[in-house]
Amino acid sequence: MIKACEAMVKCLEAENVKVVFGYPGAAICPFYDKLLDSGIRHILVRHEANGGHAANGYARITGRPAVCIATSGPGALNLLTAIATAYADSIPLICITGQVNSDQIGRDVFQEADITGAAEPFVKHSYLVKNADELPKIFKEAFYIAGTGRPGPVLIDVPMDIQNTLIDFEYPESVEIRSYKPTGKGNYAQIKRVMKALNEAKRPLICVGGGVFASNAQTEIKELSDIMQIPAITTMMGISAFSTDNPLFFGMLGMHGVKSANIAVKDCDVLFLIGARVGDRAVRTPLSVEESTTIIHIDIDPAEIGKNMNADLPLVGDAKLVLRQILDLAKPLEHKEWIEYLNSLKSEPVYEKTKDGTINPRKFISDLSDAMSDNTTVVADVGQNQIWTATSYKIRNGRFLTSGGMGTMGYAIPAAIGAKLADSGRPVVAICGDGSFQMSLMELATAVQHGVKLKIIVMTNRYLGMVREVQQNVYHNRYTAVSLDGSPDFITIASAYGIDSMRVTNEEEAKKAIEILSSSDESFFVECIVDEHTATI
Amino acid sequence: MKHTISVLVENHAGVLSRISGLFSRRGFNIDSLAVGVTDDPAVSRITIIVDGNEYTVEQVEKQLNKLIDVIKVKCLESDELLARELVLIKVSAPADRRAEIMTIAEITGASIIDISMTTITLQIADTNAHIHRLEEIIRPYGIIEEVRTGTIAIQKGAESITLKK
Ligand SMILES: Cc1ncc(C[n+]2csc(CCOP(=O)(O)OP(=O)(O)O)c2C)c(N)n1
Repeated sequence: MIKACEAMVKCLEAENVKVVFGYPGAAICPFYDKLLDSGIRHILVRHEANGGHAANGYARITGRPAVCIATSGPGALNLLTAIATAYADSIPLICITGQVNSDQIGRDVFQEADITGAAEPFVKHSYLVKNADELPKIFKEAFYIAGTGRPGPVLIDVPMDIQNTLIDFEYPESVEIRSYKPTGKGNYAQIKRVMKALNEAKRPLICVGGGVFASNAQTEIKELSDIMQIPAITTMMGISAFSTDNPLFFGMLGMHGVKSANIAVKDCDVLFLIGARVGDRAVRTPLSVEESTTIIHIDIDPAEIGKNMNADLPLVGDAKLVLRQILDLAKPLEHKEWIEYLNSLKSEPVYEKTKDGTINPRKFISDLSDAMSDNTTVVADVGQNQIWTATSYKIRNGRFLTSGGMGTMGYAIPAAIGAKLADSGRPVVAICGDGSFQMSLMELATAVQHGVKLKIIVMTNRYLGMVREVQQNVYHNRYTAVSLDGSPDFITIASAYGIDSMRVTNEEEAKKAIEILSSSDESFFVECIVDEHTATI
Repeated sequence: MKHTISVLVENHAGVLSRISGLFSRRGFNIDSLAVGVTDDPAVSRITIIVDGNEYTVEQVEKQLNKLIDVIKVKCLESDELLARELVLIKVSAPADRRAEIMTIAEITGASIIDISMTTITLQIADTNAHIHRLEEIIRPYGIIEEVRTGTIAIQKGAESITLKK
């Protein structure tokens, strides 16, 4: 017999977990004590939400559920934003929280919070462990549920006395949950109908969403687009599923998207949505798509089909498997006229000159993407910096990560730490605004402590830029609560953490910064000074 | 429009709060929700009456199916189901009114389960329409208290919603 807390560690080992992110406290101490004896690497973050975001970045790069840990009460509550952020983007997390002793639950004792209750709207599933013997089964189920179907966070709340209970440990080999059977392949008759629609289409368009990464279907989408000559666009979550070098790629759609993508959606006759829930930021109203357009929608989550946009041809299944089925039937086609038309909508970006002492952030990001290696992971925070990155960073063979669904400021630095730990061979660039950077700059310590090499770029416009822009345009220049006056000197901050840095105020400095960012393996911090009047799009 | 949805769930702690939370969170309107175990003690059955259009009902079904503890969801068509509700009504009944109320009970199929110097308590298990009729007739006597279980429903004929093959 072993203590349940040791069994918890063994469960993680059985799931081949190498790195976990967390922050301890009394209620989770039994587990931490046993973690010390295992080979699992623990990354101490400086705030629990950032532990969740780091696990988020880690999960997105490894493609497997990632683990974050917090103590009871305030620790678990701090984790909540990260749980919701992962849920909104369908990222598989295993969130382990300590809980007060089971006989004290419900008595409002010190550091008690009903975290399974509070997290219920944002988890794929949750467990409040009442019987220590069930722990191995619960862990097995949790990893299975988090990582399969439409991925998402699963919370396991473990009271302290349960962690200390002796149990017989045996990790189950398989899972059987009668009420949970995610679909794999698509319905064959429906696939034939989809094929017919695609074959008859004059102006077909593929729209790729974030679900494609969960299914790892990037190759299949490229193949389908190649063979049938179907142009493709992405949602923000789908960015980097399609190389920006691909001549059939026409950019990101939506309120912050590019013209070619938005007109393509309006003018296509068959719209093929793959793993995209088409949220309100992508297509403001279903009316942005013509009545006559045939909509094909592949999604593993039946609830997404028809939720935001009516699908004429719904296809429930795993994108990779369904696309394989479609590819088996696909024959070469051409859509020269349509592609030519879309090409005519593409325009080379123009970068307006900015006032002295500032640079154009979009040009900087575009130049940076030309210099960085093809496999770079780019993590965008939230705000104008996010849209600048989404639309200007040319991603060829790398990944683009951002908090798309929840738009959680402060996501970039911790997620970048997770992404780097998941694959140390790839450079990782985090791009933030001066507001969002200040929501997680304490994580620079985490990066330093654990030797995580990051490229960090802060676009300083001295405002909560995106909100300021709304106040300028909608509230007639009535600026309130958006000035970031009082911010510290970020270069001094970087050097306080021992990170080399430079400030960029003109083209020449921009060149030099990009040169260092793209050639050095060390962490490097760049502050770009941006005019607050620089627009989002 | 009213829709009747039958849900089979694992009889786990917290299932009911997950389901009711889902309804309030997604803005679905519930008329009633009734829950109890089935012949298999590991499984509970919930009958939910939802008010909404077809889009709503489709979303309710799909979102319910996403809950891990939900084993089966079925929306029953109004012409294929038998629906009943159990109601207890305490009605004011001074001695001179007792006989009348007893006659009404007899005609409507309600049973008298309690009596005091000033009240009679009726019990009826029937369709919504029938219960409504009884209420209307009894109301002038003075309804003191009424308790309802919420509607439960089962399919007509040999069709069934169970886990058995
Ligand atoms: C946690 C959180 N709080 C508030 C917001 C609302 N919000 C969206 S964008 C934004 C401004 C971001 O400012 P900054 O990080 O400086 O980036 P910029 O827009 O200037 O590039 C705010 C406050 C949010 N998305 N997340």
